[in-house]
Amino acid sequence: MNSPIRRIAAGCLLLCVALLINATYVQAFWADDLNARSENRRVLLDEFSRERGPILLADDTPVAQSVPVDDEYQFQRQYPEGPIYAPLTGYYSYFFGRTAMERAQNDILSGDDDRLFVRRLIDLVTGEEPRGGAVRTTIDPAAQQAAWDGLTDKGFKGAVVAIDVQTGAILAMVSTPSYDPNPMASHSTAEQQETRDALTADPNKPDLNRAIAQRLPPGSVFKLVTAAAALESGDYDPNTEVPGPADYDLPQSTRSLPNQNGQACLDGTPTLTEALRISCNTAFAYLGNELGDDALREQAEKFGFGTQPLTNDDMNAATSVFPSDPDAPQTALSAIGQFDVSATPLQIAMVSAAIANDGVLMEPYLVREVSGPDLVSPIERTEPEERTRAVSPETAEELTSMMVDVVENGTGGNAQIEGIQVAGKTGTAQSSADRPPYAWFTSFAPADEPSVAVAVVIEDAPDTARDDIGGGRLAAPIARAVMEAVLGS
Amino acid sequence: MSLDRARARTDAPASEAVTPRRGRGTELVLLIFAIGIATFAYVSVDLGALGRVPPNALAYLGGLSAATAVAHVVIRLRAPYADPVILPIVVTLCGLGLAMIHRLDIADGTTRASTQLTWMAIGVTLFVGVLIFVRDHRVLSRLPYIAGLGGLLLLVLPLLPVIGHSIRGARIWINVGGMTFQPGEAAKIILIIAFAAYLVQTRDALALAGRRFLGVDLPRARDLGPILLVWLGALGILVVQNDLGPSVLLFGIFVLMIYIATERISWIILGLLLILAGGFAANAVVSHVAERIDFWMDPFIDPQGQVAQSLYGLAYGGLLGTGLGQGRPDLTPIAESDFIGSALGEELGLTGLIAIILLYALLASRGLRAGLLLRDPFGKLLAAGLAAGFFLQVFIVLGGVTRLIPLTGLTTPFLSLGGSSLVMNWVLVALLIRLSDAARRPAPPSATASSQTDTAVTQVVRIR
Repeated sequence: MNSPIRRIAAGCLLLCVALLINATYVQAFWADDLNARSENRRVLLDEFSRERGPILLADDTPVAQSVPVDDEYQFQRQYPEGPIYAPLTGYYSYFFGRTAMERAQNDILSGDDDRLFVRRLIDLVTGEEPRGGAVRTTIDPAAQQAAWDGLTDKGFKGAVVAIDVQTGAILAMVSTPSYDPNPMASHSTAEQQETRDALTADPNKPDLNRAIAQRLPPGSVFKLVTAAAALESGDYDPNTEVPGPADYDLPQSTRSLPNQNGQACLDGTPTLTEALRISCNTAFAYLGNELGDDALREQAEKFGFGTQPLTNDDMNAATSVFPSDPDAPQTALSAIGQFDVSATPLQIAMVSAAIANDGVLMEPYLVREVSGPDLVSPIERTEPEERTRAVSPETAEELTSMMVDVVENGTGGNAQIEGIQVAGKTGTAQSSADRPPYAWFTSFAPADEPSVAVAVVIEDAPDTARDDIGGGRLAAPIARAVMEAVLGS
Repeated sequence: MSLDRARARTDAPASEAVTPRRGRGTELVLLIFAIGIATFAYVSVDLGALGRVPPNALAYLGGLSAATAVAHVVIRLRAPYADPVILPIVVTLCGLGLAMIHRLDIADGTTRASTQLTWMAIGVTLFVGVLIFVRDHRVLSRLPYIAGLGGLLLLVLPLLPVIGHSIRGARIWINVGGMTFQPGEAAKIILIIAFAAYLVQTRDALALAGRRFLGVDLPRARDLGPILLVWLGALGILVVQNDLGPSVLLFGIFVLMIYIATERISWIILGLLLILAGGFAANAVVSHVAERIDFWMDPFIDPQGQVAQSLYGLAYGGLLGTGLGQGRPDLTPIAESDFIGSALGEELGLTGLIAIILLYALLASRGLRAGLLLRDPFGKLLAAGLAAGFFLQVFIVLGGVTRLIPLTGLTTPFLSLGGSSLVMNWVLVALLIRLSDAARRPAPPSATASSQTDTAVTQVVRIR
C-alpha cells in the first residue's frame, strides 16, 4: 500500500502548492486591483478615517472638505455649497463609492498619490496623522452662481458651461436639477441608501452632469460649424448670397424642409451674415449639401466633435457626434444641427471659445492645480494647451462679426450687455414631436477681445408654452448673466 | 531521506544498538514555542486593537499551558514513540484560531473566544480519552458495519425533526438542550474508520477481479456497489442538507482510501467521473451549488458578498498583513468560522497564511508518514485516510475562501470557531498520535515476529 500512499502524499503536495500559489497571486499580485475597487469598504474605511483634502474653487472657497467628528470614521465629508457644485464635486460615499472629482482626483484627495510620497514619509516619521492633498479647480464662483440662478429661478432643466477662451479653463459647469451630495457622504448607511434610491428613482436624473455628460441635438447653434466650413472652403464670404426659400426641397427625397415661420428668408437670397442673423434653416440646409458631409464632419471635428474632452481630468465627459455616413437629405438636416448630430453644452461652448480665440481651440480643463495638505506647495499645475486650429484667424474674425450681428440685430438680442459687444448664436432644436424643443444659446464677450465663452441649454422649461421656447428667449438671458459675472469680476 | 532512515530503524529490530529516539524532548521544546506563539498572538490582538496588554494574559497563558501539558504528559505515558511534531502544530493552530476569534470578539462585542477555549479543554479531554482507551488502533477495525451504520446515523441526525437545526441554510446541526453540534464532524472520523476496516476486508476482490480496458484495470460491475452506495449517500446529504462541503469531502476521502487499498488508479478515475457527474447534477438541481459556482466565476456580482469581502481582506493584508487587531476582518461575513483563513490572511498577511498552509501540510505529511511506516494494512489505511482527508478538508475550505475553487461550507480545522469541529479534530489528532506511535515503536523482539510469519512476509513484499 505504500506506493499509493506516496502518490497521495504527492497529490497533497500539489494541492498545497496550488493553495500557496493562489494565495500569493491574490495577496501579492491581484491586491492592488482589489484595493482600487471603489466598493472595497476596507480601503474606504481607511480613507474615511484620514483627513481627506478639500476641493476648492478658483478663489479657494472649499466646495468639498473634511471636518473632524466624534465617531468611528473621525472625519465627515461636507459639501458646503450643496447642489450647485454637485456635478463638479460628485460625492464620496462609504457604500456607493466615489463620483466626479471625488473619484477622478481620489489619489490626491486621499493622500495616496505617489507625488505625496515624501509628505507621507515625513508624516510617518513625525508621527503626524497623514492628510490628503488639495485640488484647486478653475470654477469661478460668480459665474457658477449666475448660471445656477438663471437656470433654477424658473425651474429649468438644463445646463451651462462657461470657458475662459484663452486658456480653456472651465469657469462654470452647472447642471439642473441637481442634488445635495451631503447625505451621500453620511455615516448612516440607511441615509446613504435612501438618498441613492431617491436619486436612482428620480426621472429627472439629478446626478447626471448635463453640462458635459449628456448629448442633445444642438439645432441652430450648429450653424456656426456649417458657416465656418463654408468660409473655410474659400467659396463663400459673409456677403455671399445663398438661396433661402420658404421650403428647401431635400435632395433625393420627396420631403421638404420648411423654415420655422413658413416664409422665405428676407428676399429669398440672404447673405451668409443675414442667414445666420435670422437663423435661416433653408439657407444652411442648402449650404450643407453644397459643402457635403465630409467637409461638415471635418470642420466639426476641428471644433472637438468625435474626441472625448476632459480626459486629462478623467471626468467621463461625453463625446459629441457628427453622423458618420449621412445621405444628402440627412446631410442637409445635419447642417442645421438636426438628424443625428448631438453635442454636449461643453462642446458648444468649445465652438464659441475657438472662434473667440482667433480660431484656436484650447484644451478645456477643470483642475487648475493640485497641492499638498498645506495648500501652499503646488504639486502640479495645469498649463493651458492648444488642441487644434479650428478655423483660420480670418474666418474667426468673420464669424465673430456675424455672431455680433446675431446679437445686435438678430435672434440673440437678449444677450446684449450694455457697453460690451457680445457675439452669439441661438438654437431651438427639435427632438421629437411629443416633447418640447431644446433651447440653446452660445456666445462670447467682449467681441473685440474675447475672454469668456458660454453655452446654455434648456431641456425642459415648465410653465412655458411650447411656442415660447426658443434659444433667444430662454437661454440668452442666462448666458448674458454668466458673461456679466465673469467680466464684472 | 528521513523515510529511509526510519525504515532502516524498523527493518533492523534485532540490532539492539539502535535505540529509536522517542522525540518527547523535541516535542516539549516545540510546544513551548507553540504556546509562546499563541500567547504572543493573543497579546498582539489587544495591543493592536485596544492599545493595551490584555488583563487576562497570564490566565490565558496558564490555561493554554495546562491543557497542552496534560496532552503532552499523556503522550509521554501512553504513546511515547508518537511523532513529536503533531501536537505542537495543533497547539499553534489552536492558538492562532483563538487569537483571531478573540480579535473578532473585540470588533463584534462578543465573548466567543472563552467558549472556544472551553471547547479546546473538552477536545483535550477527548484526546486524552482516546489515547488511554484505544491502546492499539487495531481494535477499531473490529466492527466495520456497525461503525459504518453509526456514522450514517450521525449524518442523518440533523434531518430529524425537533433536534435537527438549520444554520445559514445548511441543515447540518442538532440542538440538544440549547447547545448545537455538527454530528457530521464525528461521523467523518467514524466513517473513515469504517471505510478502512471494510476495505481491508474486501480489497482483494476490489483490486484483483476485473479486466483491462485501454490500459486501465476496470473493476467488476458488482464490486462497484460500495462506491456507488457512498456516492449516492454523499449526493443525498448534499441535496437534503443543502451543504456541498461535507459530501464532497466524504466522497473524496472514500475514493482516496479505496485507491490506497487497491493500488488501482481506475478507482480514482471512476471517483473523479462520479464527482463530475454529481457536480453537474447538483449544479442543475441544487440552487445553492449553482450560486456558489456563480460567485466563484465572478465574486463581485455581490461586492459585499462573502467571497468578494474575503478577497478584499486578503488584498488589504497584502504581503505582511495589517498586524493583529489592526485590519477589518469583521467586514468579512462569518470570519470567525468558514472565513477565518482569510481573516488571518488579512492580519498576518501572505506570510502568515503561507505559514498556516505549511503547518497543515506538515501535519498531513506526518500522518501519511505514519501510514507508510505502519505494518498492518488497517493502520496504513486509517492513517492515510485521516491525514489525506484532513488535508483535503483544508484544501477545500482554504481554496474556497481564496477563490481557488468554488466555496463550500466546511470548517477550518483547529482555527474555526465551533465546538464540534474543534473537539473532533482533537480526536482525529489523537488517532494520528496513536498511529504514529505504533509506526515508530520499535518492532517487537524477533520471537514474536516469527510467530506471525505470514503477516511479516506479506509486509516485506508490500513495502518493497
